[in-house]
This record gives sequence, structure tokens and C-alpha cells, in this order.
Amino acid sequence: MTAVATQIQKAKTVLALTSNYAVAYAVKAADVDVVAVYPITPQTTIVEKIAEFVDDGELNADLIHVESEHSAMSAVVGAAAAGARVFTATSSQGLELMHEVLHIASGLRLPVVMAVPARALSAPISIHGDYSDLMNTRDTGWITYIASSAQEVYDTVIQAYRVAESVLLPVMVSYDGFLMSHTTEPVELNDEEEVKRFLPRRERPNVLRPEKPITMGAFAMPDWYYEIKYQVQEALQGSLKTIEEVDEEYGRTFGRRYGVVQTYKMEDADYAIVAYGGASFGNAREAAEIAREKGIKAGVIRLRVFRPFPTSYIVKYLSGVKAFAVVDRAIAFGGPGGGPVFTDVATALWMNGIDVPGISVIHGIGQRSMYVEDFVKIYEMLRDGEKNKVVYMGLRL
Amino acid sequence: MKVVYKAIWDLPVEELFASGHRACAGCGPAIAMRWITKTAGPNTIVVNATGCMEVTTTQYPETAWMVPYIHVAFENSAAAAAGIDSAIRTMTKKGLWKSGKTNVIVIAGDGGTYDIGLQSLSGMLERGHHVLYILYDNEAYMNTGIQRSGGTPRFAWTTTTPVGKAIRGKIQAKKDIMGIVMAHRVPYAATASISNIIDMANKIKTALEYTEEGPTFLHILAPCPPGWRFPEERTVEAARLAVETGYFPLYEYDHGKVRLNPPTSAIVADPKRRKPLREFLKFQGRFAHLTDAEIEELEKEVVANLNYLAKLASL
Amino acid sequence: MSLPKVHEIPIGGIITEPGSSRRNLTGGWRSLKPIIHDDRCIRCRICWMYCPEGTIKEVKGEFVVKGKKYQYKYEIDYNYCKGCGICAHECPTKAIEMVPEA
Repeated sequence: MTAVATQIQKAKTVLALTSNYAVAYAVKAADVDVVAVYPITPQTTIVEKIAEFVDDGELNADLIHVESEHSAMSAVVGAAAAGARVFTATSSQGLELMHEVLHIASGLRLPVVMAVPARALSAPISIHGDYSDLMNTRDTGWITYIASSAQEVYDTVIQAYRVAESVLLPVMVSYDGFLMSHTTEPVELNDEEEVKRFLPRRERPNVLRPEKPITMGAFAMPDWYYEIKYQVQEALQGSLKTIEEVDEEYGRTFGRRYGVVQTYKMEDADYAIVAYGGASFGNAREAAEIAREKGIKAGVIRLRVFRPFPTSYIVKYLSGVKAFAVVDRAIAFGGPGGGPVFTDVATALWMNGIDVPGISVIHGIGQRSMYVEDFVKIYEMLRDGEKNKVVYMGLRL
Repeated sequence: MKVVYKAIWDLPVEELFASGHRACAGCGPAIAMRWITKTAGPNTIVVNATGCMEVTTTQYPETAWMVPYIHVAFENSAAAAAGIDSAIRTMTKKGLWKSGKTNVIVIAGDGGTYDIGLQSLSGMLERGHHVLYILYDNEAYMNTGIQRSGGTPRFAWTTTTPVGKAIRGKIQAKKDIMGIVMAHRVPYAATASISNIIDMANKIKTALEYTEEGPTFLHILAPCPPGWRFPEERTVEAARLAVETGYFPLYEYDHGKVRLNPPTSAIVADPKRRKPLREFLKFQGRFAHLTDAEIEELEKEVVANLNYLAKLASL
Repeated sequence: MSLPKVHEIPIGGIITEPGSSRRNLTGGWRSLKPIIHDDRCIRCRICWMYCPEGTIKEVKGEFVVKGKKYQYKYEIDYNYCKGCGICAHECPTKAIEMVPEA
């Protein structure tokens, strides 16, 4: 674990939780006002747990049982516009159905927080995990975290409220559908009073109040639209600093922090795998150990923050390696590279004049099993000089 | 209906829908907007669906609205309003809402209600939010240039139901949106017309009062001169004739009881007082192609609908 | 007039000034102009009620017309009147006349 060791005086509360339940506990700790969620696998157990908290009176929130994900996002946009602290969650088709309103949440600069246990997209229908759904939200103006453990999911949802309310942008916290959403890990919970102090209520400028009537969601002609959308771009790019500051303060307060990218044995690595999500990161770390036993100086970079893209860190870590691979759990159909994050990494390097060869690896599509040996093979391919290609790993070709 | 305004001199004076908006000259919906805001008063949040009233009133950086206003998208105004209602109620409980009792009013056109917004409307009604949903019905997608909607009447010309050699205008009948809303067993739903302002203002007041119990609904007929193809000074006349011919009956659904309102109640009591439907149709370009047989068919539908409503009112 | 730059615009595209559409004078749309003949006006308030623009103003005062005393008279704000003619069409005493714009 990467948890920074700090002295915690009080008795710790540690529960065995799935990542979905970890989300629900974080939402409770954040004292959220309005939750609007529609059931979809593998998200559903989040809203089930939140419903228990609300019905037991442990969370003083209104749970809106919306009739679709489109309405879920619309309801939390409305509630956030009225000044409430809000939460929603979804996966896969539900995230696609929300898509229109995702742009509106960021355009209106509303601090909506959403959990996304990532899942494959139809057709054919698949209830299993990959990141096809999340990657489709890339250009919606949302801050996007991808967590790799139930503990990190819990901590990140709490951080997300602080970040969202500071930079006035919506935040989504994603993680592996099923592989994390439905597997149990020990999670240390924070003292809820301390979380309340970490998440103070602040008045926002863009809220609906009869005493100060503003118009939100106006109609902008070409003379105005561009500037208003550029503000989103600037806020999102600038939010990396806030994300890091909040993570640091969270670490000082609660004893755990993660950074925006997490690295493993990158200090002296010749070959790097860039990965995201719990399963890919776990496999890559184990593979790096095995590769090192075989004499390959292997390292791992995990993207914890996908948007804003942590370009400076990617450049810093990859500029010193001989070759890299990006393991994507989504296909960028018809794109110049195989996977969406590979395309981002390649762009980040190219924009900074870094010429390092790389491989785009597609794996874990529709939750096709990913094995440690697959990741060892990636390191061996890099060592053998393979480069500038797309590898569809685990595919019966 | 609770009668708050007995006569024209009782109507509220303060304007909360400012001049300078970009609605067409003679716009029926603009008349409705004036009276919705004036009647509801300043402690009101308006949630507007995409449509004429959205694009013509909020051209950045100017707004005609003098109450807090939000437009999210086309199909989700009821869902966004549900979120606002939920926020106000929860934040009030937590001591975080300091503006007191606040009306939440959806304003949506026929496209945003009959068609694309029907699902979120039904969800909001079923869940019992404290929201007044106002449909301003100009009977087509006027904002995009007069395309047929579920609210467009049978035989009407629109740009997507042109009068051709094989098919002449819209084939299907206007959807019974009030029936759909009443099927949700809401506390209150009513029709109103921009020609009968006092009746409309009293219904807005009544509906807002009943939102304490749950969702309420108003269906306001708001003619559109360019879309219906009539001279712009005749907007109010068109709405009035719609009522007087029985084309658009005025009635309300109050806690399960249907009641016909004047002048519809008088027309039903004495059918001789109903003006011929032709009076309503003849000056509208969208009906200019109608044959006598088609007019007769429409007239039969009007009478059947009045009889149906009379039966509901007798229950 | 130069338009404000990125950082001079409130975030989220919000409009903070209620009723700011009044800066947009729509009177120029008009081809016909309503003229109120006060001697024929019976102060029924119907024109005021139906105006889609809210341009008909009730001016308070003491007004004597044909020996009858009124506390109001009606004036049209031509800055915004689009000349639709609903007021003239609905007026029960034909006190409003639509004349071509000069």
C-alpha cells in the first residue's frame, strides 16, 4: 500500500467493503443533500447501500428514484444549481444516456460528483467490466479519477467533493466494474466529523436564489460561446494543482494520499507500462517484479487522474525510459493508435518533443481475463525492441 | 379552482418578464410567460425546456427573466425541477436554504412535453415532486421552424407534414396530454388559454398552492402566428375561438374530480352556444387546404371530446 | 464597443442582471405603430393585459375624458413595441389605431 504512515490517535474503523460500498460510505461521510440514481449493473449496489443509509436516517439526504440516467444527471444538475451537495452514479449504457447532460454540468460549472464502476458497452450487450464507457466521456469537461483500490475509491470520493467545490467543475470517480465494484477489501473509514471539517459548506456564485435572480443555461451566439467554453478548458487544466493540494491536505488529515500518477519501480526503469484501474495496475506491478528477475528493468506508471491529463508527470517519467507500453481497457475505434490513453500519452510526449517508442496494448475488453504473464510479455516485447504497434492482447486472432 | 382574481382589476401589476425579449411580434407564448411570472411572483424558480421561450428570452448576455431561471436541455426539465425541489426541501431541513418557500415551475413547449420530455414528466409526476409543470402549447416545433409534434392537431400543415398529393397534412390526432397527466392522479391539472387570462391566473395560483401536496400541471394554449399562419394581431382571437368552438376546452382536474370551466361549461350545457369549428380554422393557413368533409370530421372529434369531458365531469 | 475577454465574463455562462433584455430595443421591428386615442379609451385594461411585450404602461394621475374622471391612462413604450397590433385588435372601443411607421 502507498498509504503514508501517520500517527492516528483514535481507534480506526476498518470495514471489509466492496468499492461500491466504499463509495456509499464516502457519500455518507460527505453529508450529501441530494442523490439521484438509476439502477444499472455493476453500479446498483452503490444506490442500494445509500438507500439503506437514507432510510435508516444515517444520511440526511433526499434520494430521488429517477426513471433514467438521463434524469439522474439532470436532477443532480438541478439540485446543484440550487446549491445542494449532490451525488449520482452509473455505468456503461447509463453513462452513455447521461452523456448530453455531462457537458451541461461542466458548462454550468456545477460541482456534481459521480461514481462510475466502469463497464463495457453494447452491442453485443456485456455486463462486464472495461473502460469503454468512461473513455467516451473524455471530452465532457469533467475531472476524472480512476482509482485502483476500495480504500482509494473511498478517499477519492471525499477528495472529489473538495476539488469540485473549489474549482467549480464536476468530478467523476471511476474504477474497475466487477473486479473492484464487487470484490471486498479492507477499508479504513474516516471520522465523519473530521470529514465535515475537510468539506466545509461554501456559498457558490452560480446558484438559483430568489433574492439574487440569475439566469443559467442561456443561449450563446458565436460572439460569446467560445469564451465561456474556454473557461471550462482553463479551469480543468488548472485543476491539477488543486487536485494535488487537496490530496496533500487529505494525506495530512487522514493519513492516506495518492498523487495524480502512482509509480512503481520507475526510479531506474528502462521499460514502463502505463496502466489505469485496479486489475491492470496489480498485474503490471507483479509483472514488473517477474521481469526484473529476468533482468528487465521494468516499472509501472498508473494514471490516477485521467482528466486533466497529467502531462508533466507522463513526460517526466517516460522521457527517461527506452520504451513504454500503454495498457488500455477500451478501443479507440478507427483511431491512429489502438487505445484512447495511448493516444493521449503519445500526444503528451510529442507535444514536449520526447521521442520514445511505444506500444499500444488493448486488453481486458469486456472483462476478458488479464494474466500477469501477459504483462510480463509486454515487458519482453519492449525489451526486444518492438515498437509503434498495436497489440490486441488476449484476442483469438 | 380557488378564485384569487375576480376581475381584471385584481390582476397583479408587477412585471417579472422583461421587455426586449426576441419572441416574434404577436407571440402567444410570450403572453403566457408574462402572466406565469406575474402570478407566481418573485419567489419562484423557473426551469425552462429548450424551445422558443428559451432561445428568445436568454440570448447571452441578456435575459428577460427577473426570477431565478435555468435551462438544462430539451427532454429533462421535469427531472431538473425535481432536483431543485429536492434540494430546496432537503436544504431547508438542514438549515441551508434561507430563501423560504419557493415555487418551482417548469415551462415547456409541446415538443418538450408531449414528445421528448414525456418520460421525465411522468417520472416527476409519479414521484410526487412539489413542482408546477406548465405546458405552453403552440402545437408544433416552432423553434426549429414548424415541425409536427404529438401536440399538432389532425390535418394541420407543418413543414414535416406538408400538404402533398398523397398525404395532406398530419394524419394522426393530437395526443390527450391531460389524460396522461390525470392518469398519474396528481392533485391538480387544468387547461387554460391565453385568451382567458383571469381564469389562467387563478389556475396558476391554485396549482401553486396545491404543489404543497404534490405535482400540478397546466396545459396552456398559446397560438403562434408564423406557425399557424395567421396575421399576428389575431393571436388572442385565435386562442379565444379555440375555446369558443370547443376545440380547446377549459377544464380542471381537482383531486380526482373533473370540472368544466366557463365558457366550456356553458357550451356543453347548451350546444347551440358553441361556435362552428370553421370559425377557428378559416383564418389559419395551416388549415387552408381542408375540405368540407375534413372540417366535418374534425368537428365530430371536437364534439366527441366535449361529450367525453362532460361524462368525466359527471362522475 | 469591444466585447469582454475570457476573464471578464462570469463563469458558467450565467447572466447576473435580471431583466437585462431591456437593453435590446425591439421597437425597430415595427412596421405598424399603435396610437392610443385617449378620448375613446374606456380604461378597460384589456390592451395592457394582452400585450406580449409588456409595453403598455398604466400611468397614474387624474384624467378627465368626455366629462368622466379616470385615475389611469395608457401609454405605449415604443422602445419595445413590435407593432403586432393585438392591442388594437382586442380593444373593445377601437381606441387604438395602427398607423404605418414614419
